[in-house]
Amino acid sequence: MKDQNIEDELVSIRSLMERSSKFISLSGLSGIMAGVYALIGAAIAYHIVYSSTGWFTSRDVVVDNITAHMETIVHLLLVAIAVLIAAMATGIFLSVKKAKRKSQSIWSSTTRSLLFNSAIPLATGGLFMLIMLSRGYYGVVAPASLIFYGLAVISGSHYTFTDVKYLGILQIILGLIAALYPGYGLIFWALGFGVLHIIYGSIMYFKYDR
Amino acid sequence: MKIPFDKLDKAFENRLRLQIMSVLVANERYDFNSLKDLLDITDGNLASHLKGLEKEEYILVNKSFLGRKPNTTYQATEKGRKAFMDHLDALEKLIKQQKLK
Repeated sequence: MKDQNIEDELVSIRSLMERSSKFISLSGLSGIMAGVYALIGAAIAYHIVYSSTGWFTSRDVVVDNITAHMETIVHLLLVAIAVLIAAMATGIFLSVKKAKRKSQSIWSSTTRSLLFNSAIPLATGGLFMLIMLSRGYYGVVAPASLIFYGLAVISGSHYTFTDVKYLGILQIILGLIAALYPGYGLIFWALGFGVLHIIYGSIMYFKYDR
Repeated sequence: MKIPFDKLDKAFENRLRLQIMSVLVANERYDFNSLKDLLDITDGNLASHLKGLEKEEYILVNKSFLGRKPNTTYQATEKGRKAFMDHLDALEKLIKQQKLK
C-alpha cells in the first residue's frame, strides 16, 4: 500500500462521515432570500398596522384593541403566510440545486433527521401560539415565534453546519428581549427573521456555497 | 522500523467496506437506500459488503416495514466501532512512518 493511497482513503472516510451525518447542501443564499422576504413582509405589515391607526401612534393601542381590527389581523396573517411560502420554496429550490452540485442526495436519512428534529420545537411553538391567540394574548406571537424558531434551529443544527446553532441562540435572545418590550414585536420580528437571516445567510454563502 | 501492516484489519481491506463502516460510525443508524445513494453503488454490491461486515459482527441489521415497503437499517456494533478506530490508528501510523523515511 502506497502512502498516497492511504491518504486518499483517509480523505474519503472523512468526507463520507461528514456527508453522511450533516446536511451540507443547506443553501446560504436561501437564508439571505428568506431575510429579504421577511423584511418586505415586515414593511407591508407595518404599513397595514400603522396606517389603520395613523403612523407612529401609541403601539399599545394596537396590542390591546386588536379585536377591533379583525380585518387587520387577517391581512397580517396573509402576509405572514406569503412570506413563509416564499422563503420555504426558495430554500427548497436552492438546496436541491446545491445538493445536485455537491452530489448529495436531498432526501436522505440526514435530511429526515434534520426535518424531524426541527419540526418538534416548531410544531410545539405553532400550537402554543395558536392557543395563546385563541385566548386573546396577541402580544405573545412575536417573542414566541422567535424563541421557538431559535430552538428549532438549534435542534436542527446537529444535522448541518454547526454555525447555524449560533443563529438559533441569537433568535432566542432576541425573542426574550421582545417579550420584555411588548408592542415592538414587529421590529424584533424584522430584526430576527429579516436582518439575522441576511447576515447569517451571507456568512454561510461566503463560507460554504462557493 | 517495523511497519504495522498486521494491525490493519482484513475486513476493511476492501475500500467500500471501510466506507460503509465510516458512515455507520458517524451515524446512529443508516438505511439501505440512503447508504446506496451516498456511496453510489449497486444494490448487489452494497448487500454483499454489508453481509461481510455482518459476518464479522461489526454491524447489526434491523429489518422493519414502513407500510408495505421493507426498511432495513444498519448500525455499528461496539466491536465494529473499535475495529474501525484501530484500523484508522494503524493507517495514521503508516502515514507517519512513510513521512519519516
